[in-house]
Amino acid sequence: MARLALITGGTRGIGAAVARALKDAGHPAVVNYHADEACADAFTDETGIPALKWDVSDGEACRAGVEAIEAEHGPVEILVNNAGTVADNKFENMTDDQWQRVVRVNLDSVFYMSKAVYPGMMERGWGRIVQIGSMNGQAGQLNQVNYVAAKAGMHGFTKALAQEGAKHGITVNTVAPGYVDTYLMRNMPERITQKIIDKSPIRRMGYEDEVAHAVLFLVDDKAAWTTGSTITMNGGTHMY
Amino acid sequence: MSRVALVTGGTRGIGAAISLALKNNGCQVAANYGANDEAAERFHEVTGVAVYKWDVSDFAACEAGVAQIEADLGPIDILVNNAGITRDGTLQKMTPDRWQAVLDTNLGSCFNLCHATFPGMRARKFGRVVNVGSINGQAGQYGQVNYAAAKSGIHGFTKALAQEGARHGITVNAVAPGYVDTDMVRAVPEAVLEKIVASIPVGRLGRAEDIARAVLFLTADDADFITGSTISVNGGHHMY
Repeated sequence: MARLALITGGTRGIGAAVARALKDAGHPAVVNYHADEACADAFTDETGIPALKWDVSDGEACRAGVEAIEAEHGPVEILVNNAGTVADNKFENMTDDQWQRVVRVNLDSVFYMSKAVYPGMMERGWGRIVQIGSMNGQAGQLNQVNYVAAKAGMHGFTKALAQEGAKHGITVNTVAPGYVDTYLMRNMPERITQKIIDKSPIRRMGYEDEVAHAVLFLVDDKAAWTTGSTITMNGGTHMY
Repeated sequence: MSRVALVTGGTRGIGAAISLALKNNGCQVAANYGANDEAAERFHEVTGVAVYKWDVSDFAACEAGVAQIEADLGPIDILVNNAGITRDGTLQKMTPDRWQAVLDTNLGSCFNLCHATFPGMRARKFGRVVNVGSINGQAGQYGQVNYAAAKSGIHGFTKALAQEGARHGITVNAVAPGYVDTDMVRAVPEAVLEKIVASIPVGRLGRAEDIARAVLFLTADDADFITGSTISVNGGHHMY
């Protein structure tokens, strides 16, 4: 069954792969993005997937964004909270602003976006919410107290909302990828990416498509009994 | 690509659903069973899946069983360690026999069958091992020190073998079902079962097919970055 899907941060990296995969699986997709208009235009030209611009850390903007999408395309039945940002720094050097920005974009956005789509999902008795968590939210990482706290918080959010959504046919799950070969990683110094690869039993980074594959699994009609779960995919780097 | 799959305890309950799902997905499936000839024959008649009888707690029998299947169908690419039994009792009343039977069948079988199939998977640089764990191995359960220890052991086994298999194209993962509507769960007294269902957020027991699709997901050729992971499928009953 075709379900309208909304992916935040969906014009680049993992989010773009998720949007493409959902579209290929027959789900009409709409993506959100925040800053890079040229990238968003190119993505829409190539895929035909509409891209709407708003800041997911702004609750009012999230409500308005969802309203605009639902007015044009119908109810959002699948929400993928993928938008994320990093602002790495040693704890002693991390500024209030670096903390706030990462927690707001990565975690507050999950609250705002889920809140905007949840009442409709409840009413219709069906919904799928998938968070893109992170291995670093499970295992911790130096220079990332902000990112790790936000991603770990996502996992807590998932489990709590899963409890509430269960009786309404809404599942809430998380995919927790390890290091994935995205534009973010390609900007890192090679000696660091090589270290990451050496630490991974599979000896490579993940591919964006592999994360998308897990999202597809979770949003399926048949995945109704899987809720509050985390699918970890990290090539064996972190097993818990 | 047509893969040969072995599912232990594959003629009833969750195992039967896994055997069937793999077959419908194009695999050649061998379903092992331990005792119930009648159920195995019926399963074979209905589905056409080849059935093989041996005791998975017996190392030599596992070697012989694998050799027979490989002679009949070809090398085993996918191994699903699903066979399991319960012999519940509080610690005080639990006899060494009950402890040993559950440990040998539920956990020893994983060793026996991985031992028999791993060298071939290594040589061919492809393998998918999925161990069926349990919510009770994650959360513990009154009256099940044997079952919880064995299932918890499966999760440890999974993570260790994942480390060894990673560089050889072999992934090792676990699926941890909650309470699924099978003969094993139907044997639970009704009053107890009612309480269990009441504590499952999704509000129902799982179906064997709910578990089978998680196994399909993990055994796919393109799931090669997922290793050492556990997918919980429990209706939100236990989130960790």
